[in-house]
Amino acid sequence: MGAQLRVYKRRIRSVTATKKITKAMEMIAASRVVKAQRKVAASTPYATELTRAVTAVGTGSNTKHPLTTEAQTATRAAVLLLTSDRGLAGAFNSNAIKAAELLTARLEAEGKEVDSYIVGRRGVAHYNFRERKIAQQWTGFTDQPEYADAKTVAGPLIEAIEKDTAEGGVDELHIVYTEFVSMMTQTAIDSRLLPLSLDAVAEESSAKDEILPLYDFEPSAEDVLDALLPRYVESRIYNALLQSAASKHAATRRAMKSATDNAGDLINNLSRLANAARQAEITQEISEIVGGASALADATAGSDK
Amino acid sequence: MAAELHVELVAADRSVWSGEATLVVARTTSGDIGVMPGHQPLLGVLESGPVTIRTSDGGTVVAAVHGGFISFADNKLSLLAEIAELSDEIDVQRAERAFERAKSEADASAERRADVRLRAVAAR
Repeated sequence: MGAQLRVYKRRIRSVTATKKITKAMEMIAASRVVKAQRKVAASTPYATELTRAVTAVGTGSNTKHPLTTEAQTATRAAVLLLTSDRGLAGAFNSNAIKAAELLTARLEAEGKEVDSYIVGRRGVAHYNFRERKIAQQWTGFTDQPEYADAKTVAGPLIEAIEKDTAEGGVDELHIVYTEFVSMMTQTAIDSRLLPLSLDAVAEESSAKDEILPLYDFEPSAEDVLDALLPRYVESRIYNALLQSAASKHAATRRAMKSATDNAGDLINNLSRLANAARQAEITQEISEIVGGASALADATAGSDK
Repeated sequence: MAAELHVELVAADRSVWSGEATLVVARTTSGDIGVMPGHQPLLGVLESGPVTIRTSDGGTVVAAVHGGFISFADNKLSLLAEIAELSDEIDVQRAERAFERAKSEADASAERRADVRLRAVAAR
């Protein structure tokens, strides 16, 4: 076998191995998307009921709560960025990070100081590499987030928003995550969690036109709101974590699918080249034999023997 | 047929139980409260504790609820809890072990959780 042919054969073998791996990763990601979607669906009843309750308290009482009233002049804001722990997901992480950077720039243009809270190793690595300050970071659960994880993330954020701005607290809480629109579309979006604008919440709850009844609050509207809002934030963060996980798996699936397709194309091209090389080798051998034979014939032509 | 109310018991990550009931007893921060069909709209904060649901077919469903809310309107009652378990799902031995361990480690919140579970089982 010629040297060139051997090189092609070796490359085909290595690309085939890679293709097997990416194919397996594609299939794993596809099954995880379904699982993650199921989790999003399972968490929906709780989120809807909670949103309903928040709307009910917000509209049914004249309670003023620090988490629903906007500060006159907001000076500090917290941005929670959800990325993934692992890469190989196409532009998933860079899109989320880009969205967070745009939001940060916008908030800074409004004269606010921004604290960055980051979930996921990719985002942490991005910020660390640029030596940007991270207020707090969490890693290790982005593939399959549990409610307890959402609680650990929400805890310090709620604490920060309840603190006075002068003592290092924040006035606003924004979240940047990747929304799972469909299997093919995932968009990085930012939204303001706090202070809560009740109109937006009311719009979001499915029953828009429904007139909410006058609730009897137990023990009191303030206490209910006090207990309700942190849960609401936790549930929103939980939902964002789940959507981000589903999006990450969908992005991985897509990236791995195109990697598999590309590997297939590469194998096709390489085998064509290998065939051409083999053919060239044969042709050369034939012409060498023919050339050798005629040279021998020429050499013996003039001899007497 | 007696009047009924529709109950949805949902935890943060799943829907635990739903069905028709004639009476729901839960513990709010200001005391036990019983809700029957036609109750006035209500929104309350729940304490950790067992919730008793008397279903319309005469059975009883008991669930351990760890914090959360109760809301009632239009004959629909929702119980929202971060963690909620039906008493049938609770592993008694495990809860007892957790209770003993929490006691010895003086972990107040874990002890309370295990205690709520055991009480829910006892009320079954």
